[in-house]
Amino acid sequence: MNDSRAAVLDRVRAALGRKPGQQPPPLPPALFSERNLTTPERVELFVQQFEKLNGKPVRVRSRSDAAAAVRDLMNGQIAVASNAPSLSECGITDLAGVQHGFTSRDDLRAACTTAAFGITSATYALADTGSFVMLAGREEARLISLLPPVHIGVIPASGILASLDELFMRVPKPADRTSSMVLITGPSRTADIEQILVRGVHGPGEIYAVIVEEGEQ
Amino acid sequence: MNTAPIKIKQTIADTDLQKAIYTATGRLMAHRATSTDHLPEYQELRTAAHELKRHTIDNLDYYIEQFEQNVSAHGGKVVFCNDAAEVADFVLGLAKERQAHLIVKSKSMTTEEIDLNERLEHHELESVETDLGEYILQLAHQRPYHIVAPALHMTRYEVADLFTEKLGVENEVVIEKQTKIARGVLREKFLAADIGITGANFLIADSGAVVVVENEGNARLTTSAPKIHIAIAGIEKLIPRATDLVVFLKLLGRSATGQALTVYTSFLSGPRRGEEVDGPDEFYIVLLDGGRTKLLVDAEKRESLFCIRCGACLNHCPVYRKIGGHNYPWIYSGPIGKIITPQFHGVMEDPWLPFASSLCGACAEVCPVKIDIPKQLLQLRAEVSEGKKSGGTGSSERRGFHLYAWLMRHPGLFRLFGRLGAKMAPRPDGGGWIHRLPGFMNVGPLRSWMQERDLPPPAPKSFHDLWKERRK
Repeated sequence: MNDSRAAVLDRVRAALGRKPGQQPPPLPPALFSERNLTTPERVELFVQQFEKLNGKPVRVRSRSDAAAAVRDLMNGQIAVASNAPSLSECGITDLAGVQHGFTSRDDLRAACTTAAFGITSATYALADTGSFVMLAGREEARLISLLPPVHIGVIPASGILASLDELFMRVPKPADRTSSMVLITGPSRTADIEQILVRGVHGPGEIYAVIVEEGEQ
Repeated sequence: MNTAPIKIKQTIADTDLQKAIYTATGRLMAHRATSTDHLPEYQELRTAAHELKRHTIDNLDYYIEQFEQNVSAHGGKVVFCNDAAEVADFVLGLAKERQAHLIVKSKSMTTEEIDLNERLEHHELESVETDLGEYILQLAHQRPYHIVAPALHMTRYEVADLFTEKLGVENEVVIEKQTKIARGVLREKFLAADIGITGANFLIADSGAVVVVENEGNARLTTSAPKIHIAIAGIEKLIPRATDLVVFLKLLGRSATGQALTVYTSFLSGPRRGEEVDGPDEFYIVLLDGGRTKLLVDAEKRESLFCIRCGACLNHCPVYRKIGGHNYPWIYSGPIGKIITPQFHGVMEDPWLPFASSLCGACAEVCPVKIDIPKQLLQLRAEVSEGKKSGGTGSSERRGFHLYAWLMRHPGLFRLFGRLGAKMAPRPDGGGWIHRLPGFMNVGPLRSWMQERDLPPPAPKSFHDLWKERRK
């Protein structure tokens, strides 16, 4: 494959008339549009956009209310929760039927294939698109927000950023922090047959955002 | 596929198919319009996207090397491939080494381009498409009809019959239930697969990352469930910085389906790291030339490599909307197909292709990276004309246009012939169109011209005459 590497790069340079190691001219700075929103405005905008995507927002005033909201949604069924400290701090991992604390990929996967709910936090949320931003790591696995038919994301109001621009202003190089950053914008959907919208094709067909507005006015 | 699959007349005569194409593309057009209307900086972003792509492509070797370094730094591996066969060899070799039998794939035009599934199947590797539309097409042994809506030509009834025939399920015509059937079958595949193969919407040089956008979750499963992830992408997919996604992501979803962001945007940089609970153990990125370096040579035509595969030019093209996606010689259909196919395969392979356009310019107007498709079509037409100095309809047409050009330079004669033509032309009853010229005119270039065209009846008075009268 080394031969192919040299061959491809040689052809590119020959076509462009460039020499090996030649520097490009400087790039203009990244094109960010800033949007100044207060936390309550961010919550309002997130809720509005999330609902447009058919997501179901649940606003709560305290962490213990968050656990109660999750318990009501679960309605006695089985869930898998991520290792995010915020979930245990809320008492969500103490709820009956919540499996948690997975560190083995195989065990996690087995649990996720049978659970009715996947419960996660989110590193951030984006108000103007109604998205969750999930950085994989010790705290968040990839499959919890993917395999179970319902995803519940529990986020503090303070974690809601205004937009994609603000995300990349804060995290200009996601690869420094994780091997996988995923933006989740609504439930899994398809319109591949006759342009008819169907939700829940491979990922969760239902998505909840439990927004904890503790200490917010 | 070198011969043009010309079934254009069948496509136009098929009223159900015409309705399907018009409805689907019409809806996509409306969604795009609404979402870009809500983006005040839309035009500014298009310009920025064009400039960023131009910068990257003009300095492509630099960004390829930067990308490679960053992929290695995160524990992944970049594999360079000259052509389709090398891609297949790499995948087959790796599969053999790891004793892999089952591959799950998410939608990728690049792997369509190189017929990857067929190449793998010859070696008894099962390679399953997991995007719902692509899965349907794989069962039906068809190629994509559209870049973003691959099965837009198929009805629920065709899908029902197909599922019954291939999956042995009961005939099910409710789309929600058909989707559930596919979900069930494919979920098993995801959990059993050894390797996941994706394309890439963007490759990020400063991060060594692959960005994949999708709505179904199949690309996330493809990159999260199996132990090996291979991303296959053309070298033109590079952009310099992760922060440039702010420009490209805002344009891509809106231009394709009218979504501000697609449901899932995955930014993947390497195999899972120490503390990460899940994710693949191995991460490869195949960088394919596959003819792309040919397109780099000409500084203007390089622009066709800016394409981010949103499909907007297809939806807005009056030709695509009539003839659909299966009447183009290659997997890339619509306006973008018309400019890249001749450049990959050679202009004389399908010399008619750049001419199958009205040059209305709708494609350029909606292109999120501002590729001047009509200008490229004109350049390609010129190359075709250069290429065929003699023979075919080309020569008589060329003589016809020479004559016309000569007449245009002689106003007196031009007016005389204009008046004669107007007198002799047939006048259909009720003011309809002229479908056929009278016998003595229906020869040579005029005859071939009229084979695919109708003319409005000539006006009773020419513009020249009217002008003279009014000035009196």
